[in-house]
Amino acid sequence: MHPIDEHCHLTRRNFLTSAAGAAGLLALLTLLKEDRVLAEVPGIPQLAPKAKRCIFFYMEGGPSQFDLFSYKPKLNELSGQPPPASLIAGKRFAFSDPKTAVLLGTDRSRTFAQYGDSRMWFSNLLPNLAKHADKICMLNGVTTTQFNHTPAQLLVQTGRNVGGYPSVGAWLNYGLGSENKNLPGYMVLNSAAIVNAGDTAWGSGFLPTTYRGVVLQPTGAPILNLGLPPGVSAPAERRRLDALARLNAIHKEKMLDPEIAARVENYELAFRMQSEAPQLTDLTKESPATLERYGLNREDPRVTFLDPVRRPAGGTWGRFARHCLLARRMVEKGVRFVNVFSGSWDAHSNLHPEITWFAGAVDQPIAALLQDLSDRGLLDETLVVWGSEFGRTPIGENRFSPATGRDHHPDSFTMFMAGGGIKGGITFGETDDIGWSPIKDGVDVSDVHATILRLFGIDHMGLTYRFRGLEQRLTPVTRQARVLTQLIE
Amino acid sequence: MSSIRRISVIAAVISGTALGCTGTMDDLDEVPVQPPRGVEGGTELGEGNGPVWGSSDGTHSGDGEPLPADDVPVDFFLDIQPILGDNCVRCHGGVRELPQAPGRLSLNLQSRSTAERVLGEAGKLDKSILFMRITHEDPSVRMPFGGQPLPPETVNKLRRWLFQGAPWPQHWAFAPINPPDPKAVAVSDETWPRTPIDRFILNHLDREKVVPSPVADPTTLLRRISLDLTGLPPTLEEVDAFAADPSATAYEAVVDKLLGSPAFGERWGRHWMDLARYSDSEGYEKDRVRTRAWRWRDWVIDAFNEDEPFDQFTIEQIAGDLIPGATPLQVAATGFHRNTVVNREDGSDPEEDRTKRIIDRAATVAETWLGLTMGCTQCHSHPYDNLKQEEFYQLVSFFNNADDASSYERADLPGASIRIEVPATSDEQSTDLVEADVLQERTSDRRKTYLLSRGDFMRPDKGKELKGDTPAVLPPLMPRGARADRLDLAKWLVRSDNPLTPRVTVNTIWYHLFGRGIVSTLDDFGARSQYPSHPELLDWLAADFVGGGWKRKRLIKEIIMSAVYRQSSVVRPDVAMMDPENVLLSRQNRLRVTAEIVSDVNLAASGLLDTKMGGPCVFPPLPEEFRDLVKGAYGDFVWTDSEGGDRYRRSVYTLHKRLALYPNLSVFDWPNAAASTTGRLRTNTPLQALATLHGTVFVEAAQALARRVQAEAPGALKDQLVLGMRLATGRTPTGLEVDELEKLFMDERALYAADTDGAAKAVGSFAPPDVPAPDAAAWVMTASTILNLDEVINRE
Repeated sequence: MHPIDEHCHLTRRNFLTSAAGAAGLLALLTLLKEDRVLAEVPGIPQLAPKAKRCIFFYMEGGPSQFDLFSYKPKLNELSGQPPPASLIAGKRFAFSDPKTAVLLGTDRSRTFAQYGDSRMWFSNLLPNLAKHADKICMLNGVTTTQFNHTPAQLLVQTGRNVGGYPSVGAWLNYGLGSENKNLPGYMVLNSAAIVNAGDTAWGSGFLPTTYRGVVLQPTGAPILNLGLPPGVSAPAERRRLDALARLNAIHKEKMLDPEIAARVENYELAFRMQSEAPQLTDLTKESPATLERYGLNREDPRVTFLDPVRRPAGGTWGRFARHCLLARRMVEKGVRFVNVFSGSWDAHSNLHPEITWFAGAVDQPIAALLQDLSDRGLLDETLVVWGSEFGRTPIGENRFSPATGRDHHPDSFTMFMAGGGIKGGITFGETDDIGWSPIKDGVDVSDVHATILRLFGIDHMGLTYRFRGLEQRLTPVTRQARVLTQLIE
Repeated sequence: MSSIRRISVIAAVISGTALGCTGTMDDLDEVPVQPPRGVEGGTELGEGNGPVWGSSDGTHSGDGEPLPADDVPVDFFLDIQPILGDNCVRCHGGVRELPQAPGRLSLNLQSRSTAERVLGEAGKLDKSILFMRITHEDPSVRMPFGGQPLPPETVNKLRRWLFQGAPWPQHWAFAPINPPDPKAVAVSDETWPRTPIDRFILNHLDREKVVPSPVADPTTLLRRISLDLTGLPPTLEEVDAFAADPSATAYEAVVDKLLGSPAFGERWGRHWMDLARYSDSEGYEKDRVRTRAWRWRDWVIDAFNEDEPFDQFTIEQIAGDLIPGATPLQVAATGFHRNTVVNREDGSDPEEDRTKRIIDRAATVAETWLGLTMGCTQCHSHPYDNLKQEEFYQLVSFFNNADDASSYERADLPGASIRIEVPATSDEQSTDLVEADVLQERTSDRRKTYLLSRGDFMRPDKGKELKGDTPAVLPPLMPRGARADRLDLAKWLVRSDNPLTPRVTVNTIWYHLFGRGIVSTLDDFGARSQYPSHPELLDWLAADFVGGGWKRKRLIKEIIMSAVYRQSSVVRPDVAMMDPENVLLSRQNRLRVTAEIVSDVNLAASGLLDTKMGGPCVFPPLPEEFRDLVKGAYGDFVWTDSEGGDRYRRSVYTLHKRLALYPNLSVFDWPNAAASTTGRLRTNTPLQALATLHGTVFVEAAQALARRVQAEAPGALKDQLVLGMRLATGRTPTGLEVDELEKLFMDERALYAADTDGAAKAVGSFAPPDVPAPDAAAWVMTASTILNLDEVINRE
């Protein structure tokens, strides 16, 4: 076989299954188009991409929108009264009894103010983020179909309410490939006490495992199995890999299988990852001022979590700040998708102290990240998304008396986006006076997904993968997702 | 043809159109689709500016090339169905039918009467509305609506098809099995075929003027059949014996021996576990560990080892509890259905979850036995096949009165007595008597089954109660009594006139032995399936399988004895460009082994493998970094690394936890068990390299292999190197390879001579006696290199 033919053959055969060969579906389709195998490239790219990378903040558990973004004086006024019967009729709640439910106002200390040119609302729990109002596109009327954590998390992370489907990050890497093959294209930074969906939340589903989220390890080598085994030095490792490459090359001469060359390349990638990944997590070159801005050295304030399952590990404030800084370093290095988890925000009771604590943990670091991305000229190409699986009910959760928390609320919650081609200074979506449902510009989780893909230049209808006999995609077929074009620059 | 073949693997994963069904139960909103002109408001088709006829005889292609005559036959399945699937069903007969379209061109329409007007008459293209539409010059009339005009060659195929009367045969997979006589299959070389299979293969190779590859060398062949039949490499004694006598009789004797090995069930049972979406945990938030799921896993392995006929194997799993006088093992077989995910999250609705489980059971049965992706039909009638939503719920109804139950058996008198009951609370955990997770059919308070709108348990269509029945497109059910039950369903699945079950089953087995199915869409035999590469062979195998008493070992042996199977897997430069996916099978395929076998081969070569069979799951060493995740959301599960032999058991016994898959296995594409898995992907990634270079299990395997080699070949380094290679690959290395390994050993020894502390650590707890630490450490690095060779984790 001619070397060029062989190269093409290799590239295509390994296109989806070998990290070494994979440049993304886009690249493959372009090749096939050049070869006139395909008349046109379906699905991608439909538009000039705005975003190249994404940092997706996932606030596990469902933060209370009433304590962060959704200013509802009427709710405070009606606190203690039953909600309108029309809202309750036929409703199912995860835990609350609709018959005895009453509305719950926010804690008396909660105040709201408007920020930026667009007069965007933020509560007093997010003073730093509020300063970036003009970068932020606030979605105040997001709805989901799921009101239990795991299905709802899976829906936001993978577009489906059941396990086994690829996450947004996996789809983007499948579609666009990695910009830096020495690092995984999808990294997961997790400081949450729990992630109900486990590693299915960042899984690749039926897509090749190449596209799955790789968890940054909290201690030791940043990636699983990256560290050398006891007694193995870097030179010893290098000699082993050199011999391995030569032996594999000898065997390839006999078998003529390009897969062998792909394997050799993957071993070299693994080696380069050993030097590149630790550099990512080495923060010694960051200035003390930067560490201070992100809040790496902050101590956790003391708070009592009533539910031990939701209690984050000690040092969470510093860890989340570190993850925000690492997220910036990752997108700088070309990591396509970074998923940053925080939680658990699932406050069925004890809401005020807990959300004060969590909002404090994330406010300063996310604000610092937005500023840093902006200062470095990265924000234009980096889409920042902040969201969760659902919001909290306007009613108090009446499993507990008195009610000090809120139940799961799929009917409306808040997500926001910034950078990556999304318009800043926009508040999109409006809910009724008690924040029960959207009354204007409500969006479904799948609309958010379709919009994210569009920002990357991808038509959500076109990025598909055949599985179980069907062309699967991120957005559902049972509901036509909308691209929120009015929010795109 | 060749360009199509070139991208066939890719074509399977990309699509020009998005026709997907999600199989979930989100809101099914009506989708506004703007109808094209001429359809709007129900105006009659055919209005507009008139078609671009080209020429009145319809032979104008637009690019000046001569076209085949109208009477050159068109194959509906090969030529036409893909065109309709890619371009038409999205609006006509798909999930989202245009409200006006169904009466005009419904692509799953079996009756020709309404379609005739659209398709036209044979020999008269000007009567065909379809042809007018695809050739119309006005984009507001032309189909596909809103898209580019169909390419001339596509139009031409449709033109010829319409001209010939638009023959629309029954979908090939639903047609009765029609095995040809292999003796009547012409081949160019009567000496090549060893079995009837080979005649079909050679016949196709002849057509493309490709000659088969030579038979693989004995060592490769022996390792191939050992891995394929048992998932373990051959021992050195087996290698030597076969090298000494690689005759046909010796080959058959080895095949028979391997088929009789208990390891056979461990390998082939695992494939069945994939189909059954087997897991040792329940999934969802709590992901509770199923402490007795392994009873069903062991039942499967035993069934494979005993070569239980597939019809009986089917009946016991679908309805073992309903067999008169069922034995405890037959009841345990219904554990197949207990592999569904279970949601126990606080605040979730148990009835909602139960509904999801029975829907999953029906969908899994349809997919596993029939190759039909019926999961979609929970929300809507099937876009492409003639499968109605109502028919799916008829299938669901077989499971609607089967409760999750536990079977109890006297531990001191196994098999003596059995008691099945639904635990008072479904949370109840094991007692000493608990035997297995099973199904139990309700005799009273039976639930009624209704069609659930969009699969939502809150939205039953109470207007019409549905009884258990099978899809009308397939042979009728013929129940034993007035009310069809699961046992009737089970018997129907394996009845001799059911065309799908044998075709699907032999195709999957073929896939495991060649890395590609005769039907490449393993889990989809519906209208959107890939047409079989060798349709006659598929039917011959299916008929032979049923005629041979549904014996899987017999079928596997039949394939393994063939000449096509025994070919070399060396890539053929002369064929690679024309047939890169090796559809023609002009050679064997070289396949990266499954996750379990990657690990098992390492353990076997090093001598660490503990071949103990069955029993509760084992917990090989878990990376420390992974312990938090594996605890689960409630932190109530602790993975305690197994000690002793259990540390090195075959991977089929490793605990499968849905939300935290064991990383050494998941990195090699271990299935997530969210749904039935027919064929696993075979990825090739840097994280795999990191796992086998640095992961604890693989490091220990290298240390153990090093110690073993030094113990079994004391003396010359070269002898040790040869032994190491033979243990890992089965073959004797070439001089060049030995030189490379020797150089590596020397280099590493020089490094470790200056780092004796490191040397001791590298050797770990596998220090060979009386060997200087630098030598021992250099051997560990050499052994690790050998075990990381691409060849070791490939079946060639």
